[in-house]
Amino acid sequence: MKIELRVNDRDVSWDCEPHEFLTEVLRRNGLTGTKRGCESGDCGACAVMLDGREAPSCIVLAAQAAGHEITTIESIGSFEAPHAIQEAFVDRTAIQCGYCTPGMVIAAKALIDRNPAPSEREVRRHLAGHVCRCTGHVKPVAAVLEAARGMEGES
Amino acid sequence: MSRDERNQERREESWDTGEDRVGEQDDYRVVGKNERRVDALKLALGRGTYTDDLALEGTLHLKLLWSPHAHAHIVSIDTSAAERVPGVVLILHHGNVPRIPYTTAGQGHPEPSPYDQFVFPRKVRFVGDRVACVAAETERAAARAVQLIDVEYELLEPVFDPRRAIEPGAPVIHDEPEAAGLPDYDKKRNIAAQMNVTHGDIDAELDRADLVLERSYEVPYQHHACLEPHVALTWLDEDHRLVVRVATQVPFHSRRILARILRIPLRRIRVVKPRIGGGFGAKQEILLEDLPALVTLRTGRPARLMLSRSEEIVSSRTRHPQLLRWKSAVTKEGRILAQELDVLANTGAYGAHALTVQTCTAGKTLPLYRANAYRFLMKTVYTNLPVAGAFRGYGGPQGFVALECHMDELAEKLGIDPLEFRRMNVIGPGHDNALAQALGEGKEGPPQKIRSCEVLECIERGQEAIGWDRRASLDRSGVVKRGIGMSCLMHGSGIPGVDMGSARVKLNEDGSFNLHVGATDIGTGSDTILSQIAAETLCVALDKVVIYSSDTDHTPFDTGAYASSTTFISGMAVKKSCLGVVRQLIEAAAEMWRSRGEPVSTDELWVEQGNVRRPEGSPLSFSDICLSTFYTHDQHQIMDHGSHMSFECPPPFSADFAEVEVDTETGAVRVLKYVAAVDCGVAIHPASAEGQTEGGAGMSMGYALSEHFVFDDTGRVLNDTFRDYKQFTALDMPHFETILIRSFEPAGPFGAKSVSEIPTDGPGPTIANAVANAIGIRFRELPLTPEKIRRAWIDHRTNVEELVK
Ligand code: FES
Ligand code: FES
Repeated sequence: MKIELRVNDRDVSWDCEPHEFLTEVLRRNGLTGTKRGCESGDCGACAVMLDGREAPSCIVLAAQAAGHEITTIESIGSFEAPHAIQEAFVDRTAIQCGYCTPGMVIAAKALIDRNPAPSEREVRRHLAGHVCRCTGHVKPVAAVLEAARGMEGES
Repeated sequence: MSRDERNQERREESWDTGEDRVGEQDDYRVVGKNERRVDALKLALGRGTYTDDLALEGTLHLKLLWSPHAHAHIVSIDTSAAERVPGVVLILHHGNVPRIPYTTAGQGHPEPSPYDQFVFPRKVRFVGDRVACVAAETERAAARAVQLIDVEYELLEPVFDPRRAIEPGAPVIHDEPEAAGLPDYDKKRNIAAQMNVTHGDIDAELDRADLVLERSYEVPYQHHACLEPHVALTWLDEDHRLVVRVATQVPFHSRRILARILRIPLRRIRVVKPRIGGGFGAKQEILLEDLPALVTLRTGRPARLMLSRSEEIVSSRTRHPQLLRWKSAVTKEGRILAQELDVLANTGAYGAHALTVQTCTAGKTLPLYRANAYRFLMKTVYTNLPVAGAFRGYGGPQGFVALECHMDELAEKLGIDPLEFRRMNVIGPGHDNALAQALGEGKEGPPQKIRSCEVLECIERGQEAIGWDRRASLDRSGVVKRGIGMSCLMHGSGIPGVDMGSARVKLNEDGSFNLHVGATDIGTGSDTILSQIAAETLCVALDKVVIYSSDTDHTPFDTGAYASSTTFISGMAVKKSCLGVVRQLIEAAAEMWRSRGEPVSTDELWVEQGNVRRPEGSPLSFSDICLSTFYTHDQHQIMDHGSHMSFECPPPFSADFAEVEVDTETGAVRVLKYVAAVDCGVAIHPASAEGQTEGGAGMSMGYALSEHFVFDDTGRVLNDTFRDYKQFTALDMPHFETILIRSFEPAGPFGAKSVSEIPTDGPGPTIANAVANAIGIRFRELPLTPEKIRRAWIDHRTNVEELVK
């Protein structure tokens, strides 16, 4: 089947099977920043923004995404101009293997978009669905808080 | 003499003479600084390319059929229905692949693990063992075909309890004639490895002791939970060579072992390690690349295999569960006379790392406290359960649960403050590691003397940070009770006399350097750390070093990312190669000046910030030197290589502290604060050393409180998803304080020791000790689940009430 959707600010028309999940289809179309850690909605590695809200793409059928707006890690920041959240992850050494990082960055963005000044507790709660086996979550939480503070200063 | 020159000389000396030079780290320009990690930005942008991020045209997708039985002969396999599924290309099983015994353990040659595996077994030995593999055009077709493979099994009696497995009459798990191991291998009794080591007159010490205490402890299975599952992609390149792109910690071992089990010349294989999504020991294993490789060799097509999370939990590798008996003899003043450790470890169906994980259980723990005599007894036993293997900490987390809980129990019996008791007995600089020789890597190990050691400082600083003095006066009146616990830890840096790393450095026209290392960054930051070591030695900024790591065609050898060896071993190889390049730069500059009629002696020259300098006159930049040596004068490539192996294995030390809250009504434990005061020598990248500490401790907090395998009575893992297998989340993590205590390790590059494994050793005992402090109940079995705590609390209360009556 064919699905029409908006991905990273571009209208696309993609082939997919009715049983395929969004992660699969994104990755097949070159957006490999979206990772797979469990494929059961339990780890956050596959997080994307669906109409501005964080969603685990591994349990969203590609067909369900038709007509919606998807943002993946590829459209958040670039080598020349990384997003403040990405800067903070880099500066805070919050990245070890980096496999969880795209999902964490998406989660942080979804949080800060709605709540520009989250408390530490709110950040922790928001990241609780994201498995990170490398960092013990200490530095990622600090990075998100720092990013939020920095972005508040900007606006 | 310029400062840099003096530094350079001292640096050279420090690895030649091994002289102690504490305090000099203040002179470093790149080492010891929190530089931007070389790979961080691309990872933040989602641009890191992991194994599965490369898609090749025409790739076949693989799916496995796993055994549903814990112990059974495969009588027949009928693949005819599966073959008819559209898109199925090849089905592999024991009937059509060569039967070559090997171990999946990615260790040095010859591996000290038994050769007890085949690509496919004729007899399955646990629920989740390999039975067959389908290669198809799509994953879905492969999965459908797997379900249609018809296997007839003859069921055998399984054995799940390691105590039962060594009893006479127990079912024999490895009765195949080919299985072979080290001299003590005893497959008829299900013993994959065993050891019996005594040092000193232990019986005499037990006799003269004022107190002999003996206690038993039990630790569970643990899942590595690398967020990236095991995955491999293979293809034939234009020269008809096999390229293996695999999530591995050991590319060179993978190449060597693959050549043997695939029966093709090693030179026809290229193993490439791309970006890795965590390893923790799980990927120190030749776990799955053999299957896509076989498919590629038979079909000529690219082949890909990635495990699902549930396959990863059940069928990859785990932490060895152990039963530990700790016995110690002390004087009434609190001096330890003798220590004895008896370990019964469960390796599951296969014996990967069966010997060495358990020798480390003893090797990291027993020598931590001085004693006159030691004894270590060990059996690693086969059962029909999931397979254990290398797991960050490598036996340490198990052993320290026993040792450090035992230390608290001893202190309590003696009426001494547990912190004071540790301080009285802990080893220090100049002491010998009494067991180092007996506990080598499957052979006698080199002797070890402790040089850098700031463990007392670790205790001191950790004690302040947690507020140890509050321990007696914490509020325990309500339902929720508080407690503080501690532990002392030591680990190692590489496997002495075994681990070897190498590097190659070459100069480019812009004064930058390519650094090629066999070392394998699996997320630890070693690419950054090795680049820092290079930049420091070459006296250039970090961005002048372009690192490329772990590709068996394009980088020199390295044993791999394990045993906390990369900074200590591979780092020294990098340093040696760079020192060679510095010498060549100086010689080339001298030659350039000579040719211009400005003769200088090389003795007068030094390197500084990308230039070769002389006492008078303008310097020559590395860029000018390279342009000259490439194109005009005395033409050659400035480059060097270096290898490093060490007979020393300097231990990092740590003192860990936890404050917890125990809810006696629900049994829930909340860790409020955790302090790890770590002596890892000079931290090359302090923020990464902190990150290792936080992450290592984080995974072991799960080990302490929530992570374990739940089996049904057929040996099947019931909690095989991330929903049911509980790790610490961002919400569970306590306030965490890492204190890096500086020491200078003369055997390490710029004074560094290891830091990656020691943090996993602490939380098990530290949290158990804090819980005991909070509610007065000693738990000797992890994890401390709410059920366990609540039940113990009810029993405890009943006992207290009975006493009162
Ligand atoms: S892969 Fe989607 S939540 Fe884990
Ligand atoms: S950095 Fe490895 S899982 Fe988070």
